[in-house]
Formats: sequence, structure tokens, C-alpha cells
Amino acid sequence: MAMRLVSTVTVGSGGAASIEFTGIPQTGKDLLVVYSARSVSGGFSSRVWLNGDTTDANYERRGLRGDGSSVISVSGNFAVFGLITPSTSTANTFGNTAITIANYTGSSQKSVSVDSVTERNATESYIEITAGRWSNTAAVTSLQLTVGGDTLAQHSTASLYIIS
Amino acid sequence: MSDTPVKIVIDLSKPEGEREQIIPLTPEEIAEREALAIQAAQEQAEREAEAQAKADAKESAVSKLAALGLSDTEIAALLG
Repeated sequence: MAMRLVSTVTVGSGGAASIEFTGIPQTGKDLLVVYSARSVSGGFSSRVWLNGDTTDANYERRGLRGDGSSVISVSGNFAVFGLITPSTSTANTFGNTAITIANYTGSSQKSVSVDSVTERNATESYIEITAGRWSNTAAVTSLQLTVGGDTLAQHSTASLYIIS
Repeated sequence: MSDTPVKIVIDLSKPEGEREQIIPLTPEEIAEREALAIQAAQEQAEREAEAQAKADAKESAVSKLAALGLSDTEIAALLG
């Protein structure tokens, strides 16, 4: 197995509504996206759209979320894969998420696994694991990371790796 | 900072050094973003309501356990 860093991007001053990787090389087996992110306002959940598909009904997620004192289950037809530290959290803390998309060049529906945390050195920090699915059989050629209608704060980063 | 939100696009089909573009959102993308913001606010409100409901339930449970005669230490042991 080999894992190759394809690209890393860092959000500059002023923030960004989204980060999008396009033209993803079809040379690997699995995709790994690792991001460190904070929102400018209260945005808490990241949406990850594949191949420009922004229709929530085409995605599914089931997960477990712990907040330091209890655990809840989360589910629904959303492309919500991962957590982002909101601006209300301790200054200069960023959420941390890894998203794996297995067999991204294959012709089956795409399975997505996510682990994510929003540690902020205070109460109400979250950890979440998610099993997701994109109900499309196309090879993944682009991936867009957003924080809902919010803005990714300066110094947020996203890295794309290909595993082969 | 521009008033128009921007997106960062990394086109991996291009050579390194030419890949990154910072592009202002289109009116359609801004409208979609505004709709998502509304949805995110609703999700935030639901999350806060859920947290408050849990806190209220816990406080109620503690009160009832105390009324049954359990000590603070015993209640803490039960709650983990």
C-alpha cells in the first residue's frame, strides 16, 4: 500500500466559502481527505459534495456523536461528513477530520467513513464517527468541502491523499 | 476582503503551481449558500435544544434520587 499527498490548501485571510479539489487523478484505490477547520460564524457541520452533486437525498449518513458527557446517534440524508469548530469555541482551536472514500474509481456506490473531533479545551467538545454513502456509481473526480452557509476561517487546511 | 464570498478551487489536472484558483461565488452559489445557512441555524437550534433537554432531565433525575434518600456520592456513582 502506498499513500501519496496530492495537494494541500490553506485558507487565506478573508476566509473561503469552500475548498474544492477537481480533476482528481484516477490512479488510486481510495481517497483520504484530512482537514483542520474552523468556521467564521456558528457553522458546526461540514458538507462534502462529490462530483458537484449538492442534492442531499443522494447522500446518507449514520453516526455516533459524543460531547464529553453523553452519546447520541445522528442520521439522515445529508452530505454532512465531519465537524468544524465554530467561532463560538475557544479562540484559535480548529476541528480535525479524516474522511475516507473507498474504491473511489469503482463503479459501485461510494462508501464514506469519517472520524472527527472539535476539541476546544472546554466543555461541549465533540467527537463523531460516521458511516456514509453517496448513492452514485460514478468515479469520484471532484470533492467540495463547505461549512454549510458559513465561511471557513483563515488557517483552515485541507489535504487530499490517494491510497493505492 | 472582497464582499463577495469566494471558493478555493484546486484543479489537479493542471501542473503544480498552476492549480489553485480563488473564485468569487456566482449568484446561484450565493443563494444556495444562504439556504444552507438557514438550515445550519436550524440544526444549531436543535442541537442546543437537545443539550438543554438532556441537562434538564439530568437535573430532574438527581433531584428525584436525592428525594429517595441517596447521598451526593451515591448519585455521582450512579451517574458515572
